[in-house]
Amino acid sequence: MLIAGAGIVGAAIAAALREAGAKCLVVEPEIVGGGATAAGMGHVVVMDDSPAQLALTEYSRHLWDALPLPPNVEREHRGTLWVAADAEEMAEVHRKHSLYPASEILDSQALYEAEPELRPGLAGGLLVSGDSVLYAPCAAAWLLRLSPVRYTAIEALTHDGARLADGTPVSAGLTILACGTGITRLLPNLPVKPRKGHLAITDRYPGFLHHQLVELGYLKSAHGHANESVAFNVQPRSTGQLLIGSSRQYGDDSAEVRPELLSRMLRRAVEYMPRLVDLQVIRTWTGFRAATPDSLPLIGPYSDRVWVAAGHEGLGITTSLGTARLLADRYIGQPPAIPCEPYLPERFA
Amino acid sequence: MPSTLVIGGGPAGLAAAWAAVQAGDQVTLLDDNPALGGQIWRGAIPKAYHRFLDPRITVRTGVQIHSATQIPTADRLILATGTRERFLPFPGWTLPHVLGAGGLQAMVKSGLPIAGKRVVITGTGPLLLAVGAYLRKRGAKVVLIAEQAPFARIAQFTRELWREPAKLIQAAQLGWGLRYRADAWPIRADAGSVTIQGHGKIPCDYVACGFGLVANTELPALLGCAIDAGQVVTDSKQRTTIPHIYWAGAGSVDRSILEGQIAGFDLERARPLYPARDRALRFDRRIDQAFRLRSELSSLATPDTIVCRCEDVPFGAVWQQRDWRSAKLQTRCGMGPCQGRICGPALEHLCGWPAGSVRPPIFPTRLENLLDERR
Amino acid sequence: MIAIRINGQSLQVAAGTTVAAAVMTVQPGFRRSVTGEIRGPLCGMGICMECRVTLNGHPHERSCQTLCAPGMEVATDA
Repeated sequence: MLIAGAGIVGAAIAAALREAGAKCLVVEPEIVGGGATAAGMGHVVVMDDSPAQLALTEYSRHLWDALPLPPNVEREHRGTLWVAADAEEMAEVHRKHSLYPASEILDSQALYEAEPELRPGLAGGLLVSGDSVLYAPCAAAWLLRLSPVRYTAIEALTHDGARLADGTPVSAGLTILACGTGITRLLPNLPVKPRKGHLAITDRYPGFLHHQLVELGYLKSAHGHANESVAFNVQPRSTGQLLIGSSRQYGDDSAEVRPELLSRMLRRAVEYMPRLVDLQVIRTWTGFRAATPDSLPLIGPYSDRVWVAAGHEGLGITTSLGTARLLADRYIGQPPAIPCEPYLPERFA
Repeated sequence: MPSTLVIGGGPAGLAAAWAAVQAGDQVTLLDDNPALGGQIWRGAIPKAYHRFLDPRITVRTGVQIHSATQIPTADRLILATGTRERFLPFPGWTLPHVLGAGGLQAMVKSGLPIAGKRVVITGTGPLLLAVGAYLRKRGAKVVLIAEQAPFARIAQFTRELWREPAKLIQAAQLGWGLRYRADAWPIRADAGSVTIQGHGKIPCDYVACGFGLVANTELPALLGCAIDAGQVVTDSKQRTTIPHIYWAGAGSVDRSILEGQIAGFDLERARPLYPARDRALRFDRRIDQAFRLRSELSSLATPDTIVCRCEDVPFGAVWQQRDWRSAKLQTRCGMGPCQGRICGPALEHLCGWPAGSVRPPIFPTRLENLLDERR
Repeated sequence: MIAIRINGQSLQVAAGTTVAAAVMTVQPGFRRSVTGEIRGPLCGMGICMECRVTLNGHPHERSCQTLCAPGMEVATDA
């Protein structure tokens, strides 16, 4: 079994297939967890853009909770607090409440008690306490701790495996491509597009923020397909640092930080949390989400000998474990815990 | 009138700003420190160079640049962001009585009383001697200057100095009466002392250490200038690989001033300075060679010696990582507010990892300063 | 002379003194590292971030890059 990509998805697949009895080799051109895995927030979150997304995120969150992660993964059950600015967004709070297990509706007062740094005048929110935060590069390394990794690129797929960049052929009964936006280099017809994002991280301010906060306006901006959008999305790290997001952008494949978009993103954050202006920002960066037209990942067979696991967009950390389990179930011929059809690549055939 | 923007107000930047005024440019000079003069002069610019303070230069001190777009537009940009000290981790180097050699000097220049304090200076390079002489002048008891370079190498270098008699005299004046020992380096520091190879445990109030200089290449790197082996790539006119951007001054004061003038002047006035600059460059290379770090220094850090002071990452967590980026992602090394400026050059020496990419802000800054960037 | 306060204690310093130099005359420690070690300035030139203090209520300010100003309130956590 050959797995291309040592990001969180490839790492999760290697761990799950190893457990299922397969012999795996992971091939990675750079480092473990160094792509979108390192660039993202590490938010394990339930989302309901579609019933299939809800099923996969909820299933995956449950799988994360069952893992005995080591301390360097910095997992904390911070919970997600979806912030509603107005009555329209409060209606969304009520809708989500009916779908999300163990969620709690906060009125305006309860919202400020939960997060005193939010600006006055917000309508309320939905607290999803089962959501968590983790440090994904170390999670990927931990998932891979028992799997061999070979540091080279796959140059091309062959009839019985792949040819590596150093020229050596590797034969494998099955090749699984889990290389994020890089997948289109090997399978150009897959509808996966890079969607660039920016993040900023601050120095340490323990106690400033308690939950991962996401604006409900996020739904309007994140899942629309406008070329450029920003949303308020801040996360407390176990270090006391704050991760500040988010931006979404198509059509910019340079990894450079775009100062104008970064400022737009930070201005949005300051609209919600005015005192952020006083915090020291120590670093900003970008990353590329692997986006699909229907915002659902591609999980399953591409051909007899090639399976794919890509297109997780902004939910790769969350859904990596569900993805891996669906593939492992397919491998051992066991019925999956959730229907796998919505994620099959054949929907774009 | 063409405009020139100079970033960095040390010897190179001052020389560049002055030369650009002579070339007929409208010149702005920015520096992030409270006063001009850089680390070497710190506000006290020697009389011989007062002419650099031309009133036609618009000077702005205490200004930080956070990203490429915050640099005011100008026809020419001269970067003179100088150097910092390289530190090599050894047990106890994070104790508060251990400072950089240049670091302690800077603290004294900015108001720290040093009279009567016992100081051990250690590491490598001519800076140790200069710092020793300065601290002694300010009343410190300089107990020992422990230079890591072998005696034979320093002796050879000193013999070659006859070609530069002024430098020989300067070195002799600085060093006169100071206890200067070669083949000596720090083994460990404990509260109130430092243990020096060959000299045992020495009680002291301060340990001042530095293992050579590293160019501050973050800004040129962010602007896309080519960097090779820690140095900005320049042509003979000090032009970087980006057409309107120049770089000056990551060496001795003499060389920095020459490089600054060459960058600032028009070609006609710059060209006659090339031979002197090249000679200064060759001299700096001889210094680098004479004071290159000995292999024993690579084994000073024990597995539990902290290498990343921001995140308290021990050497033992880092050394088996594949590369600098893996070390950052897997151990947090270099992910703190100094952005790897201290542990990066240390690990470059200890593990052979070249510096990584640079991302804005160039220095940590209040979020407010990043709010109104425009395209 | 300029009057500042360090952790509530009054101190007179000469004009041109940086906050870092002022703190060092009073105590060796500036900040607690993330594992609790007491740290003081290393580089003296705004690079290493070891001299960070809370200045007039703003945490994480580099004291070596800041001149003492009348009435300044400096707080250290070491």
